[in-house]
Amino acid sequence: MSQAALDRLSAQFGERILETSDAFGEHEATFAAKDWVEAARFLKDDDDLQMDHFIDLTAIDYPERASARFDVTLMVRSSVNSQRIRLRTQVKDAEKLGTLSDIWLGANWAEREVFDMFGIEFQDHPDLRRILLYEEFIGHPLRKDYPIDKAQPLVPYREVTDITKLPPFGIEEGQPFARIDWEARLAGGDHQVSPAIGVQQGQRRTLSDSEAAQQIQARIDARMAAEAASPADTAEEDSGE
Amino acid sequence: MEPADELLNDQASLELDADPMRLNMGPSHPAMHGTIRMVMDLDGENLVNLDVQPGYLHRGFEKSCERGTWAQVFPYADRLNYVSPMLNNVGWSLAVEKLLGIEVPERCQYYRVVLGELSRIADHFTCNGASAMELGAFTPFLWLLKVRDWVWDILERETGARMTHSFGRIGGMAAPPTPNFKDDVRQLIPELFKVVKETEIMLLRNRIFLDRMQGVGVLTKEQALSYGCTGPVARSTGIPYDVRKDHPYLVYDRFDFDVPIGEDGDNWDRFMVRLEEIRQSIRIIEQALEQMPDDGPVNVDDPRIVYPDKQDVYTTIEATIAHFKLVMEGLRVPKGEVYSFTEGGNGELGFHIVSDGSGTPYRVRVRPPCWYNLAAAREMLLGGMIADIIPTFGSVNMIGGECDR
Repeated sequence: MSQAALDRLSAQFGERILETSDAFGEHEATFAAKDWVEAARFLKDDDDLQMDHFIDLTAIDYPERASARFDVTLMVRSSVNSQRIRLRTQVKDAEKLGTLSDIWLGANWAEREVFDMFGIEFQDHPDLRRILLYEEFIGHPLRKDYPIDKAQPLVPYREVTDITKLPPFGIEEGQPFARIDWEARLAGGDHQVSPAIGVQQGQRRTLSDSEAAQQIQARIDARMAAEAASPADTAEEDSGE
Repeated sequence: MEPADELLNDQASLELDADPMRLNMGPSHPAMHGTIRMVMDLDGENLVNLDVQPGYLHRGFEKSCERGTWAQVFPYADRLNYVSPMLNNVGWSLAVEKLLGIEVPERCQYYRVVLGELSRIADHFTCNGASAMELGAFTPFLWLLKVRDWVWDILERETGARMTHSFGRIGGMAAPPTPNFKDDVRQLIPELFKVVKETEIMLLRNRIFLDRMQGVGVLTKEQALSYGCTGPVARSTGIPYDVRKDHPYLVYDRFDFDVPIGEDGDNWDRFMVRLEEIRQSIRIIEQALEQMPDDGPVNVDDPRIVYPDKQDVYTTIEATIAHFKLVMEGLRVPKGEVYSFTEGGNGELGFHIVSDGSGTPYRVRVRPPCWYNLAAAREMLLGGMIADIIPTFGSVNMIGGECDR
């Protein structure tokens, strides 16, 4: 990290730098979201700075903050003079931030990950797809309001939306990616895999969250009704053991 | 002219299809160590388009860190780069210690350096061995993995676990060095040199190996910088960036060692940089063992941070309470934000942590070196042949646990 780089940035942008910090020896400048791309481009192109080594781009979620929900930080380094600096900006929910992927190639994947995990969209990004999670995933897990123990229905296969996302196998092929639904199997039912992935048995569409939940709830209700109807049987079994 | 030849002349359809063929490689494929998927367009054997799709080993490391205590991150950190877990442990320790504003005793710093360099050697042996194996040279693989396990034997004696040690602690280490530690490492060093030499004899004049490695998977210096490559991948292109030299942490500024760099940024350079780094790591270990004090504390003397002695926990009420508070509530880390980075096996391993002053991290961001190295893999592979994926992908050394987190 370097004070000199921060001074150079201050000289260029002056009042447009909202805040600077050098806590823990890490020099940082905060910009408004509209100045984000311009400041980053200046870091790369300026002869004194020459921040050509991309280090990292990430986001932090502050859901309770009134001004803007997300912090986005960028860290870059100069391979010429080994200076480092961190840029920061604040982004509102559903606000778009300019992309840096045409300044540093590494920002492409970093922004895709931020989009995947936080749902921040980047304007003019060439390829803004999810990268770590799958396309059908609902929500953005690193947001604070995403519950850590939330489960999503398993997706048996991927819908073909574009040519780069061919499904690994056809719907009738391969093993179902599921645990066996013993309840259904013992009852002699047709659907022997759990309802969340029951679509592999013939339906060609994936189940939404609520549909899967409804099916599971219906199953639970049916079982409870069956137990209530025949309490004597279960009591006998228990005493027998 | 024979009738068959006439038939051939008439039928232009016998030509190969001009459209590119789409091929799907991975995520479960012997050459895609780790689980990664590549969708490629092939023109004959040449790659014309490529989409690298990571994420099959994603298990929510960053989210998981947000619900435990600061100390509970160590087992997760082990599983980032599982070939050199000690480097991740030390990286996480240093990040939290930076936020706490403490520095561990000198003996512990040397201890961390030696264990970390041993891990780095294991990491490089694995990568180079696997690269050689995938090109058909099975013997070097077995020989290198043999020594890797000797290295892991030492780590097992020190930590109790062969791979996922969970041995780091905030403010020190889980245990002081064993009495035989220095002797064990010193006995191993000649063996390491011997195997590095043997590897060179076996591989470096092997025609097949040379042809598959030299001039294949080329990455330019500008591309490496722009993609954010670090570690051996960046150094092979001629960028002399090593966190241990540029931003020394622990006691790395006291050692005399070189940063090997390549020129072409091809597979060969990456292989050779790793091989040379093993030698440099051994140099560091030799000097560290020389300078490391034989006695003295390993942990900082602060009961708010370090667990009390087990004997005291069972016999005194103060230690029992301190232990209970540290385990249940976790140590309190002051409010702040910090980015701490170390040289991992594959490059700059950074921990960007935010604390809200409680016993639980508010946000943990790992800067995995593999992530950006893998992003650059597309550049190395495009325009090459499909068979070149094997050595190139091997020399990038993508570790799924670290890349996908």
